[in-house]
Amino acid sequence: MNDENYVSIQQLSKSYQIKNRLVVALKNICLCVAKHEFVSIIGTSGCGKSTLLRIVCGLDTDYSGKVIVNGNIVVGAGLNCGMVFQEHRLLPWLTVAENITFALHDKTKTEKVRLVEQYLDLVGLQGVEGFYPKQLSGGMAQRVAIARSLVNKPNLLLLDEPLGALDALTRLKMQQILLRIWEKEKTTMLMVTHDIDEAIYLGNRVVLLSESPGTIKKEFLIPKGIDRSDTAFVKMRDEIYHEF
Amino acid sequence: MEIVVRLAKKYKNKFFFTRQIKWNSVILPFALLVIWQVIIFLGLVKPILLPSPQQVMKVAMEMIVSGELIRHLSVSLIRVLEGFSLAAILAVSLGVVLGMSAVVFQLANGTIQLLRPIPPIAWLPLAILWFGIEEGSKVFIIIVGAFFPIFTNVLDGIRQTESKYVELVKVLEISRWRIITKVVIPGALPFIFAGLRTGLGYAWMCVVAAELSAGMTGIGYMLTDARAMIQTDRVLVGMLAIGAIGKLMDMMLQLIEKKVIKGKEFYTGK
Repeated sequence: MNDENYVSIQQLSKSYQIKNRLVVALKNICLCVAKHEFVSIIGTSGCGKSTLLRIVCGLDTDYSGKVIVNGNIVVGAGLNCGMVFQEHRLLPWLTVAENITFALHDKTKTEKVRLVEQYLDLVGLQGVEGFYPKQLSGGMAQRVAIARSLVNKPNLLLLDEPLGALDALTRLKMQQILLRIWEKEKTTMLMVTHDIDEAIYLGNRVVLLSESPGTIKKEFLIPKGIDRSDTAFVKMRDEIYHEF
Repeated sequence: MEIVVRLAKKYKNKFFFTRQIKWNSVILPFALLVIWQVIIFLGLVKPILLPSPQQVMKVAMEMIVSGELIRHLSVSLIRVLEGFSLAAILAVSLGVVLGMSAVVFQLANGTIQLLRPIPPIAWLPLAILWFGIEEGSKVFIIIVGAFFPIFTNVLDGIRQTESKYVELVKVLEISRWRIITKVVIPGALPFIFAGLRTGLGYAWMCVVAAELSAGMTGIGYMLTDARAMIQTDRVLVGMLAIGAIGKLMDMMLQLIEKKVIKGKEFYTGK
């Protein structure tokens, strides 16, 4: 294991049966993610990109090929790999603070309070500890979910269209927050999205998946510190768009 | 004194009995009372079959003053409280165990479902032989009656646990105990309370049925006793008393439900 192959996906294929019909969701995926890299996976809906994340995270173990994270073959879900789902999945009967401490194991009360405050601060929320999820807006709830997924300091964070359900303005703000978190926490991130702008803005690398069966069509290296207004950004966007 | 005033202010409107009565909810009982009165006034039914509301009221007052009503009612109430709480503890814990373990479910569910169709009152002959004619058999019948609706609802509630939370607890490596206390039970609470409320109704049905059939105490016994002496007014007082106390206990359960279930808005219709 080295830092270049922190996540190593080798010849990954996944198929499932729907009423006697064999559907190939993913075929021959080979992908390596370096430590502290941010990789965006992009593709049309139904191309198997969410399935790919579920396999990497260990929620789906029925596949052929190899998935290695930090030198270990993935056999099941666990704390070293965080996951942010498309919906926030906060427990509706717990307050914001309780939802975050729900993720914590063996921590004292004062540590819990400190961590909740620290991670809410990281996602840019203050004074919402006592709120119930239904009292939050979609963007706030997703930020709490991100805080919850980070509080155990996972080495790898998987994001499954985390901003897909948010309005355009909230999305932009959340992208900045994600970028800030990535820089601060030094977490390796693998994000699935269907938004080209988002993929370029956040990723060091954009991986384009083709549809049925899902295979890697092309990879794009994103120059560092690229901004939406740069011509390079627009050029990159056009290039990816043409490959779609 | 100041503290009392402050507490009173704080808890004002907190209890259901201090809340202002919604006038809508008294229209129907009032209408029924009027119809009852009209039937009596027109002489459509013999007073021995249906005494007038005033008569029932008068007898009720007499029975309250003499302590007879309270005495019988409290005997039944204690039986219901004992039987219902035992049934609730048993049903919730068994429901959780069966709901959380596929193996235990396969082992035990068939047998439990086989016992379910047996009417609680059919257990009475056996219960009297086993636990005696007064307290033991009555409490046993209540447990049998209240157990199944609670148990079935707890199990159904656990089955409703959403797969998105099941995935979440896997990713977060949450221990089994915390899955039960923080995810499964809170999610099943609306079902559990539906079961508790149904179970409480069954508990009252069972205690009255058991007292009607055997023994010399309780509100059910009072009903048979009154019927034997053709005191229809006393029968009606007994029935109304059961209805009132049952409703009161149901309201308490609803109040607890609203306190216990968090982060949820209850739909109350349009």
